[in-house]
Amino acid sequence: MSEKVLMKGNEALAESALRAGCRFFFGYPITPQTELAAYMSKRMPKEGGTFLQAESEIAAINMVYGASAAGARVMTSSSSPGISLKGEGISYMAGADLPGVIINIQRGGPGLGGIQPSQADYAQATHALGHGDLHVIVYAPSTVQEMADCAYSAFDVADKYRTPVMILADGMLGQMMEPVVLPEPKNTAPEKPWATVGHNHARPHNIVNSLFLSADKLEGKIKERFERYEVIKRDEPRAENFMTDDAEIVVMAFGASARIARSAVVSAREAGIKAGLIRPITLWPFPAFAIEETIATAKSYLSVEMNMGQMVDDIRLVVAGRAPVEFFGHTGGVIPTPQEVLAKIEAMHEAIGGKAAEAAAALTGGKAGA
Amino acid sequence: MAEKERTAKAKVEPKIVFQRPRALEDAPFTYCPGCAHGIVHRIIAECLDEMDIEGKTIAVIPVGCAVIADNFFSCDVIQASHGRAPAVSTAVKRVLPENLVFAYQGDGDLASIGMAETIHAATRGEKITVIFINNAIYGMTGGQLAPTTLPNQVTQTSPYGRDVVEAGYPIRVSEMLATLDGVALIERVTVDTPKHVRAAKKAIKKAFQYQMDNVGYSLIEVVSTCPTNWGMTPQDSFAWMRENMLPYYPLGTYRDVVAEGFADVGEAARAKVADCPIAYKGDK
Amino acid sequence: MATQAAQATQNIILAGFGGQGILFAGKLIAYAGLLEGREVSWLPSYGPEMRGGTANCSVCLSDEPIGSPLVVSPDVLVALNQPSFDKFEHDIAPNGLALIDSSLVNCTEKRDDLHLVGFPATKLAEEAGLKGLANVVTVGRLFAEIGFCKKETLFAAVEKCVSAAKIALVEKNKEALELGIASFEEMKKVSERRPRKEGE
Repeated sequence: MSEKVLMKGNEALAESALRAGCRFFFGYPITPQTELAAYMSKRMPKEGGTFLQAESEIAAINMVYGASAAGARVMTSSSSPGISLKGEGISYMAGADLPGVIINIQRGGPGLGGIQPSQADYAQATHALGHGDLHVIVYAPSTVQEMADCAYSAFDVADKYRTPVMILADGMLGQMMEPVVLPEPKNTAPEKPWATVGHNHARPHNIVNSLFLSADKLEGKIKERFERYEVIKRDEPRAENFMTDDAEIVVMAFGASARIARSAVVSAREAGIKAGLIRPITLWPFPAFAIEETIATAKSYLSVEMNMGQMVDDIRLVVAGRAPVEFFGHTGGVIPTPQEVLAKIEAMHEAIGGKAAEAAAALTGGKAGA
Repeated sequence: MAEKERTAKAKVEPKIVFQRPRALEDAPFTYCPGCAHGIVHRIIAECLDEMDIEGKTIAVIPVGCAVIADNFFSCDVIQASHGRAPAVSTAVKRVLPENLVFAYQGDGDLASIGMAETIHAATRGEKITVIFINNAIYGMTGGQLAPTTLPNQVTQTSPYGRDVVEAGYPIRVSEMLATLDGVALIERVTVDTPKHVRAAKKAIKKAFQYQMDNVGYSLIEVVSTCPTNWGMTPQDSFAWMRENMLPYYPLGTYRDVVAEGFADVGEAARAKVADCPIAYKGDK
Repeated sequence: MATQAAQATQNIILAGFGGQGILFAGKLIAYAGLLEGREVSWLPSYGPEMRGGTANCSVCLSDEPIGSPLVVSPDVLVALNQPSFDKFEHDIAPNGLALIDSSLVNCTEKRDDLHLVGFPATKLAEEAGLKGLANVVTVGRLFAEIGFCKKETLFAAVEKCVSAAKIALVEKNKEALELGIASFEEMKKVSERRPRKEGE
């Protein structure tokens, strides 16, 4: 096993992708994903791989499309405005059943927005990453170690289901350093008999294509893909439930906001409030199972997000009226504090008839962990 | 060869004098009657046959009429999104440097929505070949103004003729790209006569050869027609093309670094910058 | 005071001019925590900062998983320039430590619940032929003040943070750490002769 090193999230994503056998990276500069591309530009030539700074995010994602069609493990990274530009290519990849890994180090939007951490692309990533009937598997790591782990497994998952995979992180996770144990290099790319690599007169020609002019054919193709999506929904949802066994107030948060929510939940427990945290690791497929596990004890749910409330709608779909679902968040790059989340938990606790807790005083700013 | 056949005429032995190139599928072209796509597809396929390279070829096809070209080319085919064929081709070639990668694009695809990808693939000197069909109109969507539509030319979206004050001027793609250091070969051809078809084929074959020899980026512009959207017979279309398009888009070789005496684009580019210290690093 | 700050969790903000090596100083502290098997995080401010603008980073050292890596109320503020001290002085947790470079920062204290330590890091570094290493001198001093790790760990962290290829630089960094530690010993000697004021 490798030694524990201190690394930025952006760098861990890059190094781990390399160790997963990714040898092609196409990107375009944007804050706050900068270090990822810089790391790749340094490492790729030494691994005999290709780093290419494309003329635009659009070109970059289409290079991903091309490299994937040619059978390579390939990745691109960007931040929110750049991801919007990649939407077209991601849709084409989904339509042509091409694997590939896309990283979004989110910043504030809409428009140019800001450059501080945000989770405002949740809805885009999980519901409308491109035009057409499509889904993309979305991971939401919340530590640098998990970023490394997600990047490492994302290529296998992408190849297995022949689908684009997105790792949805944010400026905080991308920029921060934490200890990480990097995975061992592997070469697990499967055979890709569908790839366009030249047929050498040994097989009929392969066609990588998302165009089906016959409506029936297109419908058939999409239905076939949705059968694969059903397998993904069955086998791939992942979440971490923390202190949820007897939780009455179940907080749900992913990525950076899950770290903040976790601190608040620990403080709430110290104050005698039965709070717990569900931390989705996959955002699509949405880990409904994790909510079902809590529904028996839950008196209310709280979604904590760095946006104006996006995942909260998916929680409501699963909870389906069985308990109230509330929201707390900040947007535009403002990072919620554990105290604010705790105050919200306390207010909810009071609303469901619990006695007012006085934990706020116990929690000081930026306190690590407990 | 013809003489030989005549002398051996004593015995009636069937000789194949014309057949479908192996690199074309056994499928009838579904382009409009009189469309030149069929001619260009055929000469590309003949080049692949003659170079015996179809098995190593990946065609990247556009959005436009040729979006259906995967029905016709026998090699592996990737359908690219609108204008992005150069970016897709770039990556395919980077993954498969030993293979032949060509993009097949129309004027709207290449010179309008995909101009950035076109210029940057060219200036990077990507070892790809672009076959550029310039017929001054968007064919598939029903005949709209294209970046190469001539001044005063009537299209669906320039019903009073292209007003250069409003819509600006057409782009001469070959001339523009020839200024870039990554470019090995740029030639403008047409396919209106057997002589021109032979010249076009020769140009395409040269481009493919340059690619396989790692010389640099190559683009062959084929000045073409669109009888359907121009509202003319195929013959009249060629006549109109000769009369109006060729003066605006003159045939010829716009760049050929090998003919200029260089081994590849790298050598040609370095020759230009001998007095720029950072750009000229000795023989590297 | 110094011993009181050396608790299970340290939330530190380091701030100064871009180019003073603030981010590196934070990394050094974080690496020391890592080498001792602790939970650590390091989070820089980022943005279109001009050269000479201010930079800062949050460092957390803990024995529990770290929640938010963004320190909003630090136990320790390290400020190497005036704007940084002015910006963060009011955020420091009650009874927290402010370690400032008195060569560059005016040490007038506006709060009476702080442990304010001013020492001329830049001046000391320059006098010792360690120009540009005031950041590391300050880390040495911070170590002496609150003991956030074992001494040998701190020196091992230098070897992790400075490229092994630059052996001379590794040595200079170690010298800088020693200089910072020595400045604390010196101060103690002085204060033994002249007892520290109440609340120091």
